[in-house]
Amino acid sequence: MEVEKISGLKFHKKQDVAIVGAGMTTFKRRLNETGRELSYMAVKQALEEAGMTLDDIEMVVMGSAPDTFDGLHMKGEYLLDGSGGSDRPYMRVFVGGGTGVFAPIAGYWHVASGLADICLVVCEEKMSSSYPHPQSAFKYIWDPILDRPLNPNLIWIFALEMRRYMHVHDIKHEDIALVSVKNKANALDHPCAQVAGKITVEDVLNSEPMALPVRRLDVSPPSDGAAALIMVAPHIARQVTDNPVWVTGVGWALDTTWWTNRDLYFPRYVAEAAKMAYRMAHITDPRKEIDVAEPYDPFDYKELHHMEGLGLAKKGEAPILTREGVTARDGDLPTCPSGGLLGVGNPIAATMGVKACELYWQLAYRAGKRQVAKEVTTGVCQAWGDLMQVGTVMVMSNKR
Amino acid sequence: MAVGKKDIECPPYAEGTPLSDEDIKSGKVTYVEDHPDIRYSWTAGQAISRFLNGLKEGKILGVKCNKCGRIMVPPRMFCELCFKPIDDWVELKDTGTVQTFSISYIDPDARPLPEPIIVAVIAIDGASPNMGIMHILDEVKPEDVYIGMKVKAVWKSEEEREGAITDIKYWKPLEG
Amino acid sequence: MVAVVGVGYSGFDANTPDLSWKEIMYEAALRAYTDAGINPRRDVDSFVTCAEDIYEGFAIFDEFVPDQLGAVVKPTCTVCADFLYGIATAYMQIRSGLADIVAVEAHSKASDIQTFGNVVKFAMDPIWLRNVGNAHPYYLAALEMFQYMGERCLSEEDVARVVVKNKNNALLNASAPYAANVTLDDVMASPKLFDPMKKMEIAPLADGCVVFVLASEEVAKELTDTPVWVKGVGWWSETYGYDTASFSAMYAYKAAKMAYKMAGITNPVKEVDFAEVDDRFAFKEMQHIEALQLAGKFEVARLMAEGYFDRDGALPVNVSGGNLGVGNLLEATGGQKALEVVLQLRGEAGKRQLSDVKVGVAQAWRYLPANSGAVAVFGV
Repeated sequence: MEVEKISGLKFHKKQDVAIVGAGMTTFKRRLNETGRELSYMAVKQALEEAGMTLDDIEMVVMGSAPDTFDGLHMKGEYLLDGSGGSDRPYMRVFVGGGTGVFAPIAGYWHVASGLADICLVVCEEKMSSSYPHPQSAFKYIWDPILDRPLNPNLIWIFALEMRRYMHVHDIKHEDIALVSVKNKANALDHPCAQVAGKITVEDVLNSEPMALPVRRLDVSPPSDGAAALIMVAPHIARQVTDNPVWVTGVGWALDTTWWTNRDLYFPRYVAEAAKMAYRMAHITDPRKEIDVAEPYDPFDYKELHHMEGLGLAKKGEAPILTREGVTARDGDLPTCPSGGLLGVGNPIAATMGVKACELYWQLAYRAGKRQVAKEVTTGVCQAWGDLMQVGTVMVMSNKR
Repeated sequence: MAVGKKDIECPPYAEGTPLSDEDIKSGKVTYVEDHPDIRYSWTAGQAISRFLNGLKEGKILGVKCNKCGRIMVPPRMFCELCFKPIDDWVELKDTGTVQTFSISYIDPDARPLPEPIIVAVIAIDGASPNMGIMHILDEVKPEDVYIGMKVKAVWKSEEEREGAITDIKYWKPLEG
Repeated sequence: MVAVVGVGYSGFDANTPDLSWKEIMYEAALRAYTDAGINPRRDVDSFVTCAEDIYEGFAIFDEFVPDQLGAVVKPTCTVCADFLYGIATAYMQIRSGLADIVAVEAHSKASDIQTFGNVVKFAMDPIWLRNVGNAHPYYLAALEMFQYMGERCLSEEDVARVVVKNKNNALLNASAPYAANVTLDDVMASPKLFDPMKKMEIAPLADGCVVFVLASEEVAKELTDTPVWVKGVGWWSETYGYDTASFSAMYAYKAAKMAYKMAGITNPVKEVDFAEVDDRFAFKEMQHIEALQLAGKFEVARLMAEGYFDRDGALPVNVSGGNLGVGNLLEATGGQKALEVVLQLRGEAGKRQLSDVKVGVAQAWRYLPANSGAVAVFGV
């Protein structure tokens, strides 16, 4: 039987979802700890912050990107012990680089559905196990028949996308480099940062070419690390904290595999994901209603690209906002106050630590030296992944 | 529950033991090496098989969906937007337009290449707008490439062709 | 309440040289959408794929999913687990109000893998376990089997009877490439590959794809007059360490407990009419029957010999032929189980149709070397 338009998202959730604790390890190019040990450290911190023990945890969500980094098939099973998933319902979700915000989205539905009242979300990445370089593992993300014979490097797709973005909006590399300068400086206040520093636009433009227009300082580094987040039902949130942060919207979208068939200048997958999350959070004018943002910034142009996808800037306008200081930590729309991936590091899925975890700390006014200057109520974090395909978006608010 | 909150001043606090390359080379770190032998033989499937056979004959094949009217390349058995089987096979030209490009200085393992190579997304003539494939450009200086440049495929000789994307050696500027 | 409103599958075959995994997925998805009477581009709110990268031969398999499911620029994600975890994910998404209609997919293109033993080995701890000996990792299952047989006082014939039952059941299933008319003597004569495990007790690999369409109660009632309800889902992970595992399928026991609680089932033996359990190694079926509380600890072998779990028995198990008849479908294993349960409950199982069934259970394990698994209870 053919039915007329029946669906449409209704957001009839069983219960609201709050975040009450977060933790992360240091992010470094190479850490001595195994993936399990890193997961354990992040979980321990999150539990400490929430004032809980592992016994309180009902279910666990694991987020981790390609198995090829760690050199392990079924990596989720391997990480079971360290992430507190043993002897519990435990599920690993995976949307490539978008996993860092997708794992908390999965945590959201574990709680919102009423199946769990307390859900632990853990993200881990150990990229240094892959030899000779983590990028060797990225060889296997390409289509084996059409792409791999050309010997591609992962950076290619970013370079191709960045060039297209610059071309369509006539953006100069100088303007894009400002993002790298800003985020690496922000990261000076982050205790876990890998590549924080005071650099200049000239440093970026003169850094070693990788795949032009992408140069060394346009890129975030590969890292080892882990992060954790505790998501709970309202009655639990009341018991453990006076200042929970509520998840008010989630959204995700996956674009076609045929990335060479799309105009790369605009991330429509992020726009679609944001549309879903904003509708759920009743946000109609994101530029006005969002107080702080943590868009995904594995490359400097990506922060700009994603701000436009998130509706925080008009198409082509993000570089202007950056130049005018709007996105600085003391600006009107602080963006990547954590230092982002460019400053703190990019352990793919574990970037949850500088996206979802950071947004929680900002909205709970617990970010210390990183706390943004303006008063904050609502924020958005976002990640992106696969072959420039996935957008994952989460909106949080400190008011229910 | 609530066994007592630990007051973390400015979370997070950094934990973890960084290592340098030197630590590994000098044997300070205990580690295990593994070189797994994992092999696959992916079935190309109906659409891509025909595409590869076309390349062997020196042709670039696309497919057409009569519902949305798109002519698509690389070919597929079904139109992903209309979610229905495709209707026709079409032979496309071996010329196209550079949509975007990059000059790569590194190989797949992030090691420096002896000579940089130019990669591009090339929209194929005869297909719908934006229908591109990723490939290599050559016979052109990096500084002379621009978006919108017209290019032409340079094929391997007939006997060298094996039904692979590399049957096209590279693309070169149409003029000059 | 969440209902299954559409099912589709492709396969199951020992290999599929003519179709790529994308084309297998498209075929199964198209059938499921047609069965549900929906247009994926318009009606489906969320898509879930259950896949493991190394089974596929990709670093990020998620990239290659959306097109063939009709999911382009829609909410789509990968769950690195069995199909039944996908059912659990869809269940939660619907109950959270994030979606009204969810499509769940899992497939196996095992015939693309040339070195399956090394793939399984690649899941073992690289420092602790992976390089212990050169044996094919099936030996892990044999070790577990030996201990289990000892603890439950099982004879080799007891385990062999599982193979006889399932391969013969599979004769009535046109989608079971490993169906065979075998006797107990045939199985007992099968060579021991991993003593005490015989060759015929190991499910060979197969290709195929399963797609389900799930919907909220409200939408399900608009779509169909005969929905099959997802009464309960459960999933559980025991431990990763091979040396700390219970060897008695605790993962299945705990997952079942969770699913039964949700379904309001207090006495599974009485309330469950039939079950499809993971039998990728013959002894696993016995272990799982026990874990699902469908028989007492020491009763499984006796009941099996008495025909209690046969197609015409009191509590039929693996009427489809199970993995021993259909093959090891990797992450689609739970999909084949759930598919059989739904077909039986709808009365569409053809020659192998059971009479008067209202509640069925599907169970899957995450395969070697994991100690995790999921259970789903379906009912009409």
